[in-house]
Amino acid sequence: MATLRTLIAAAQLIAQHAPWPRALVGQAGWLEAAALLQQQQCTLLGLWGEPNLVHMALLDAASQEAGILSLACPDRRYPSVGHLHAPAIRLERALRDLSGLEAEKLPDRRPWLDHGRWQIRHPLGDAENAAPEPSPYPFLAVEGESLHQIPVGPVHAGIIEPGHFRFTASGETIVRLEERLGYVHKGIETLMAGQPIEPAARLAGRVSGDSTVAYALAFARAVEAALGVNAPARAVWLRALMAELERLANHFGDIGAICNDAAFAILHAQFGWLREQVLRVAESCFGHRLMMDRIVPGGVSHDLTGNGAETIAGLLAQVRQGFPELVELYDNTASLQDRTVGTGILSAELARQFGAGGYVGRASGRAFDARRMPGYAPYDQLQFEVPLLAEGDVDARVWIRIREVEQSLALIEQMLRQLPSGATMRPVPACAEEREGVALVEGFRGDILVWLKLDAAGKIARCHLRDPSWFQWPLLEAVIEGNIVADFPLCNKSFNCSYSGHDL
Amino acid sequence: MRRLLFKNLVHGPLTEAAPDKDDAAVAELAAQVDREARRRLGRTLSIREVDAGSCNGCELEIHALQNVLYDLERFGMRFVASPRHADVLLVTGPVTANMRQALERTYQATPHPKWVVAVGDCARDGGVFSGSYACVGGVSAVVPVDLHIGTCPPSPQALLKGLLALLERAEQGSSTAMEEEARVAPAPS
Repeated sequence: MATLRTLIAAAQLIAQHAPWPRALVGQAGWLEAAALLQQQQCTLLGLWGEPNLVHMALLDAASQEAGILSLACPDRRYPSVGHLHAPAIRLERALRDLSGLEAEKLPDRRPWLDHGRWQIRHPLGDAENAAPEPSPYPFLAVEGESLHQIPVGPVHAGIIEPGHFRFTASGETIVRLEERLGYVHKGIETLMAGQPIEPAARLAGRVSGDSTVAYALAFARAVEAALGVNAPARAVWLRALMAELERLANHFGDIGAICNDAAFAILHAQFGWLREQVLRVAESCFGHRLMMDRIVPGGVSHDLTGNGAETIAGLLAQVRQGFPELVELYDNTASLQDRTVGTGILSAELARQFGAGGYVGRASGRAFDARRMPGYAPYDQLQFEVPLLAEGDVDARVWIRIREVEQSLALIEQMLRQLPSGATMRPVPACAEEREGVALVEGFRGDILVWLKLDAAGKIARCHLRDPSWFQWPLLEAVIEGNIVADFPLCNKSFNCSYSGHDL
Repeated sequence: MRRLLFKNLVHGPLTEAAPDKDDAAVAELAAQVDREARRRLGRTLSIREVDAGSCNGCELEIHALQNVLYDLERFGMRFVASPRHADVLLVTGPVTANMRQALERTYQATPHPKWVVAVGDCARDGGVFSGSYACVGGVSAVVPVDLHIGTCPPSPQALLKGLLALLERAEQGSSTAMEEEARVAPAPS
């Protein structure tokens, strides 16, 4: 029986690709891989393209090995993966918009990121100038008696990113939610092409601001993999320290915001205060509240100096003192539990099929964490657990965050104890040939994939960045079905998908 | 919960706690904003936030303005859910082509007098996203802007400072929107 490994062994291996193998398959191999996804022997990690080439990254469920399969498509057509495996559908729609590659038998042929408002078509493919042609987006038909539609967005009522939600409701109960995204598409991958590494790294750090550390880390690791270099030990540890601080800040913000959407203001205020403490420590230790541009290919741009370690230890003490009683309050407030328990249930089956990362997957029984598998330094030298729940409701997604806060605190403590000394930067060597690298990094929201190809001049030939939200947004549509309209904010906030990370 | 509420009562508000220099600066800035806000608009200034393509970094810091340490609402400034209730549009992002129309419509839906504040480096001229096929490149390319608050992203303190500058401008009784309209309006016959 075919596995990812046998498919790669039978195909033409591409040299200069690290750390996973990339292999050029034929149509038959491509379809076998799609079948592996359909049978859930593999998880889809990403699907993207170049002008005449389509790539798909997969993770073997049994061996936990990752690999990339590529298919040449000289006539700009390839067999649709989404046709067999629904999680690929939006990726293939986006690929068509950006690269002009047609997925044969793609079940949904509507454009996704291209709203008909650019001066150009297929910017990542054979770019052609085209006058903007905005046309109405055909939402899926809903039939039935006494149904009404609620259109929401792109400009939302709160301070959140833009996107459109089309609800169809029967009374108070939502029978269907359809998302329309792409409003914040900035053309980041096209901007990166042809850039030297440094400005491209700045762009990578601005794909999704809340995950700027994780994106910068994924980009840096992909560059380092391509060039076959490692950041100095101290930099590796400082990167992880920043990543855990980012996870803490976001989880505090999210837990508070979920409580706020259930009108429980006191926890929103308390968690907002905790989040602010983390950001101030980040500012004082690394010179930026969100730690933007601190992780760069080759190392880190800011060392932890002076009394930085004490400042962080002080933060840990502060959190350890205040956090447990807030958790207790969350757990013991019946009116709050009434809103979160049993609301917005994501089945384990869907979480597995879509390869949902982060708290969305882990609250529905999917124990994947990129820090463990494929794993990267320094997490192999640290003790931590990956919390797991089976309930799949809003409450479970809150509890996963609570447990992850505890894990991050423990991780930071270990890091402060074991932080190596030495250099924090090792300049990346010049590149004299085409090289490719890939990295999978665990952001607070889930696993972020960055794949890139450097040209012989050491510039970015192509870079693809896949946000965890790609595999979470579609699940929100499934989760909300049968819930009341008033519970949508809770479900949405418990997912907290990134619009910018998705729209790119 | 009673224990937590009691503790909060005994400890007093976190907002006024000024243990270090950082908090002192916030308090100083806060007092200035307060005076200006009252003079011009009584106790209200309603702000509608519009994300026109940001990476969401600016949104995080705008959210922080509302936490207990910065507590924007104590100055009478608050975020509203509809542009029809707003005095100020706080716009982030390089304005993507896909958001241009939504931004224009939001602006048109905001009653006069109105002010537009562009937040973040990319809202000024597109920043790192300038030159993209998908970005218009700066808020002022789409709607008249009264003030830019730069850096990537601006800290809550920088945002407070910016709102103070805006209030000074409002005190002079003009907005870019009014000037713009005066310029394009036909002369009275």
